[in-house]
Amino acid sequence: MRRVSQLRTPQGSNGKSELDRLSAPANTLADAAPIRFRDPQIEMAHGAGGKASRKLVEGLFAPLLFGAVPGPLGDAAHVNINGTTISITTDSFVVKPLSFPGGSIGELAVNGTVNDLAVSGAKAEALVVTFVLEAGLPTSVLEAEVRAMAKAAQDAGVRIAAGDTKVVEHGKADQMYVTTTGIGRLIHGVTIDPRSVRVGDKILLSGPIGDHGVTILLARGELDLEADLRSDTRSVFPLIEALVKAAGPGIRWMRDPTRGGAATSLNELARDCGLGMVLFEDQIPVRDTVRGACELLGLDPLHIANEGQFLAVVSPEYADAAINALCLAPGGSEAQVIGEVREQPAGTVLVTTLYGGSRIVDMLVGDPLPRIC
Amino acid sequence: MRFVDEFRQPELISKTAEEIRRLAGTDRHYRMMEVCGGHTHAIYRFGLKDILPENIELIHGPGCPVCVLPMGRIDDGLAIAQEPDVIFAAFGDMMRVPGTQGSPLEHKARGMDVRIVYSPSDALKLARVNPDKHVMFFAIGFETTAPSTALTMMRARAEGIHNFSVFCNHVTIVPAIRAILDSPDMRLDAFIGPGHVSTVIGCRPYEWIAQNEHKPIVVSGFEPLDMLQSIVMLLRQLQAGEAKVENQYKRVVPWEGNRAALRAMAEVFQLRPYFEWRGLGFISQSALRINDKYAEFDAEQRFEVPGIRVTDPKAAQCGEVLKGVLKPHQCKLFGRECTPEHPIGALMVSTEGSCAAYHSYEHRKAAMVSLSSIA
Repeated sequence: MRRVSQLRTPQGSNGKSELDRLSAPANTLADAAPIRFRDPQIEMAHGAGGKASRKLVEGLFAPLLFGAVPGPLGDAAHVNINGTTISITTDSFVVKPLSFPGGSIGELAVNGTVNDLAVSGAKAEALVVTFVLEAGLPTSVLEAEVRAMAKAAQDAGVRIAAGDTKVVEHGKADQMYVTTTGIGRLIHGVTIDPRSVRVGDKILLSGPIGDHGVTILLARGELDLEADLRSDTRSVFPLIEALVKAAGPGIRWMRDPTRGGAATSLNELARDCGLGMVLFEDQIPVRDTVRGACELLGLDPLHIANEGQFLAVVSPEYADAAINALCLAPGGSEAQVIGEVREQPAGTVLVTTLYGGSRIVDMLVGDPLPRIC
Repeated sequence: MRFVDEFRQPELISKTAEEIRRLAGTDRHYRMMEVCGGHTHAIYRFGLKDILPENIELIHGPGCPVCVLPMGRIDDGLAIAQEPDVIFAAFGDMMRVPGTQGSPLEHKARGMDVRIVYSPSDALKLARVNPDKHVMFFAIGFETTAPSTALTMMRARAEGIHNFSVFCNHVTIVPAIRAILDSPDMRLDAFIGPGHVSTVIGCRPYEWIAQNEHKPIVVSGFEPLDMLQSIVMLLRQLQAGEAKVENQYKRVVPWEGNRAALRAMAEVFQLRPYFEWRGLGFISQSALRINDKYAEFDAEQRFEVPGIRVTDPKAAQCGEVLKGVLKPHQCKLFGRECTPEHPIGALMVSTEGSCAAYHSYEHRKAAMVSLSSIA
């Protein structure tokens, strides 16, 4: 469960937070919660970040762990401790292969969690890391990944504060899995809430989509395709810092579109705010190599995972300032306004083409490319 | 991107759409069937319905190989894969298609060794690197994919690979079109002919449609401009009272087809006397089986095949949708019991299936329009 629900103080309940409710006896919680998840077994799709994942989180995890279906699900939770709000999130990495052009599991594990905090309006301060290792893993492989983590943490300015290691029998895991949990400090001057999104707001994308997912696909060597392409894995915090500085009060919502791609993130937003997300196909940055691979394989770049991009919804009066700030920041030169929020089609993502056609783009269904992060 | 962007140029598309509107006028209704699932997908993906006049109705045809496969064949294939040390290999399209006990992916989640391959030769590669296992390739497709299955078996024989077999579900397009035309509830004016199939079989096999049935057919490419141009060509024929086979997809489809591919098919396959199609029933000489020369690679001869026959759920109207009698959303189960997450029929699974395409790209738009017209 990567998406952590926003733990808010419910109104009219003596300021008792949902965290307090979590500490209530488990049986009362479980008894009260309706379990709507009815799938007989867990499939790969439940981990793909699309529709099935959402059903699992909302239908099983949330009612049992939070006691109710929570509000909109964000990338990190904000928790208030003695008057100080901190942001907390966690993410597991099971990518195959472990390393690929542009990055590796260690780097992903740091940047993924840093980014989940960043798009929640927080700067990552500290991470704890858990390794699940398969017996027989060469030490050299582990060392390379630990070094990659150390470097990524240093680059992102985040401390790795603690960790845990488990080893399972050979054949019971695929080399290594990494989980990182991060806490962050809220950045001043920005509030992320899908319910604050309004008609006329602009949808921004920080750069080309699909690089990560297609890179992984090609790195597996199952397709006889070669392309000069690298994963986009990076910390997006510097870009978000620049964005907040230039357009903080105008930022309504942000999300890093990892598994399930931009289409899934925007569908979640459309559902959470009840408005229509209208995208202009010719404005969406996609590299030719990614487009080519998607054409060949029948995939939609909007469904492909990213590791170093983010989407933002910004009020119209701040849109120019936001794009200018992103384009001037290092690594942000390809940022684009890719669409806008409209009243219709409510709860839906619609892509329009230059020649007047349009199509609905749904959340990812199933899992075209398992284990990409 | 070359060979793609040229065929998506907005000015040309607008011009061609204008030409269609001019030719179609307003005084009559045109019913055109796109035979191929790839075309169905393109129509939805590019939103072509938005730019066509209302009096041109596109009817989705039977050209989605996953969709026309009866559920019993999936059960049969999965039954073989229950044997010890068998690897079930298939294209990604097949993975979520439901059998009575679940899809190949669900079997995989329960422990079956199921692999997605991108070509039959990848399945043969699996056999090479897993000499202690048997790799069964679940072959589907029209003449588009049959040659590569044939070549793979020829290569397996040449290399002396014995742990490889094919569960053959290859079907042929022309008998399916004939069955559609024989169906009394169909009133079609013209056909948008299949593009990929025709790269193999060429354009001649469609001549009887023009000659005997007096219906124009234009073999078409898959980009927006291809399809619009094909519609222009069909309208011109209809207005001139002509019925002939034309080739819009000349950059890919040779009139005489691909002789090398046809030779490979002839080497390995023979026609089955009859084969069951989902929704269309049994159609004679409409499918391929592996001939005796290649019997050792025929999973149906090598393994005990239960020969399961499953009737579709009563309420599901896959057959009517496949024949184009019903639109996807007119099926009783559409969007309720049958959704892309929980498909009942294969039409809801494959990206080429009209129900899946309609569900993901269209139906909420339709709902939206009807809502806004009320308000």
